[in-house]
Amino acid sequence: MTRWGLGRGGGFFLVLVALPLFGLQHWVVNLLVFVLMYATMSSAWNLVGGFAGYPSLGHAAFFGIGAYTMALMFHGDVLGSGYEPFIMLPVIALVAAAIGVPIALVSMRTRADVFAIVTITFLFMVQTLAFNLRSLTGGSQGISLPIPPFDAATFERPFYYVLVLLLAVAMLLTFGALHSKVGLALVAVRADEDKARGVGVRVTGVKVLAFSVSVGLTAMVGAVWSYYESFIYPQFAVDPLITIAVVLMTFLGGRATLWGPVLGAFILEAGQQTLAYRLGGSQFYLIAYALVFLVIMLVLPRGILPTLEDRLRMRRRAREVDGAQTPAVELLASDEDKVALPHGGRP
Amino acid sequence: MSALLGVDSVTKVFGGVRAVDGCSLEVAEGTVTGLIGPNGSGKTTLFNIVTGYLRADSGQVQFDAHRVTGTDPGRLYRMGLSRTFQQARVFPQLSVLENLVVAAGYGWSQLFSRRVSRGDRAQAEQLLEEFRLAPVADLLAAELSYGQRKLLEFAAVLMSSPRLVLLDEPTAGVNPVMIETMERHIRSRHAAGITFLVVEHDMTFVMRLCDPVIVLDAGKQIFSGQPAEVQANPQVLDAYLGA
Repeated sequence: MTRWGLGRGGGFFLVLVALPLFGLQHWVVNLLVFVLMYATMSSAWNLVGGFAGYPSLGHAAFFGIGAYTMALMFHGDVLGSGYEPFIMLPVIALVAAAIGVPIALVSMRTRADVFAIVTITFLFMVQTLAFNLRSLTGGSQGISLPIPPFDAATFERPFYYVLVLLLAVAMLLTFGALHSKVGLALVAVRADEDKARGVGVRVTGVKVLAFSVSVGLTAMVGAVWSYYESFIYPQFAVDPLITIAVVLMTFLGGRATLWGPVLGAFILEAGQQTLAYRLGGSQFYLIAYALVFLVIMLVLPRGILPTLEDRLRMRRRAREVDGAQTPAVELLASDEDKVALPHGGRP
Repeated sequence: MSALLGVDSVTKVFGGVRAVDGCSLEVAEGTVTGLIGPNGSGKTTLFNIVTGYLRADSGQVQFDAHRVTGTDPGRLYRMGLSRTFQQARVFPQLSVLENLVVAAGYGWSQLFSRRVSRGDRAQAEQLLEEFRLAPVADLLAAELSYGQRKLLEFAAVLMSSPRLVLLDEPTAGVNPVMIETMERHIRSRHAAGITFLVVEHDMTFVMRLCDPVIVLDAGKQIFSGQPAEVQANPQVLDAYLGA
């Protein structure tokens, strides 16, 4: 199981690393850059929205904080190799994670729908600040970053590889959460927070930890995005649609799983880019988005991976009950592989 | 024997209802104390105040000679005061084994250790055997029957080696065989040195198991004594029969 998981992860990243070397066209690599951005952000969101069960709608604020931090650091600079901004990414992650701590401490006193509203309020506060702190952000005029001095033929590659790295970090952190007591505590929080508090789980600690790690990752993606775009505006840097996309992708792939958010991002972002391209700039693709959401709610309320896992488990169980006339409970208990935990791994 | 838990004139008001009204009581170390009273007499509210889930409007709670009024439930749990809930609250998405491990009251340093280490497994093993949950250890808690969930919840709060366990209606909604099982577990754990405070409506269960028995009515203690005396006390009969 673990070896298979390792192989799957290794294979996936090998393909990602090799992909640009096949002489893909610019628009394909550009699409992949955005897919990777969303895969990373969905994985990050999953730590809070999936594992802890706190549906944050404010993550785009941290995307914007990352984007503006990067812009403010390098606005007006002349770059040498062009890799300097990437080196600052850990610093940006720390800044965002530090901002995330008080935000989490306050907002995570509320739960579920109220938490969603509190966090989306934070998003609009940050957007309003980005519009109005003109001396800092340039307001609606936007702010420029130095043009990346990369070779036009392989312009996207540095961004692409940095994002592959960020996705790897996000997935490793998710993996770590799944296989450590952090994950155990987060699932307990999601299942029944009051009960968890009553059996000594460090409820506030793990919630704040998950939130700040999650927004730190999100901010790094925002920072890479701003450098990639070279010019950022408040309405795109702090965009509720980013939050919605990330939530949708995680829901589609499967919350609280390692691969779900990544799968969701690959399906939805690729689909969205294609639809946006086909349907023109009219934002008709938003209607397609709404349709996807409806279909998820109707057919796969728990997302693709958990649903598939359930089906597989049921089938295996049914087969074994048919096969032997052993009482069900004993049978289930004796079979090592029987209980596929919701996260798809074994403790 | 000294009082392990002391409640001193605690009051809790919800709007116009005085759910707990200047209630004082003591639970001596080494007892299985019963807490009974008609519906609405404030038993569960008192439980919630003692375990830190509710803040008392006035009054003090003492545990193990420490003032613990308003202390966080998690902290109380790590101090050795744990509880179960009326509706058997377990974590359905976790396996039975994980339900025990998560309740072990681990500290910050262990947070980044393995989800279920060999040590955790060993620690949980004995409880799983004792509660006959070993055959279902790797099932999700969601797949257990209600009675098994009650057992699991009980077993889980024992993971942290508590000194006082508050049981909120341990036999509500389970079959007679399970009631006996529950009683056996309480007795064996009591013999091992744990003090219990049990809220229960099943009077034969209380009379068999508990000594002393405390009776609450309208948020106050109206009686405390041996089970036989309770049944003979006119005030208690009044409270129950509403004479």
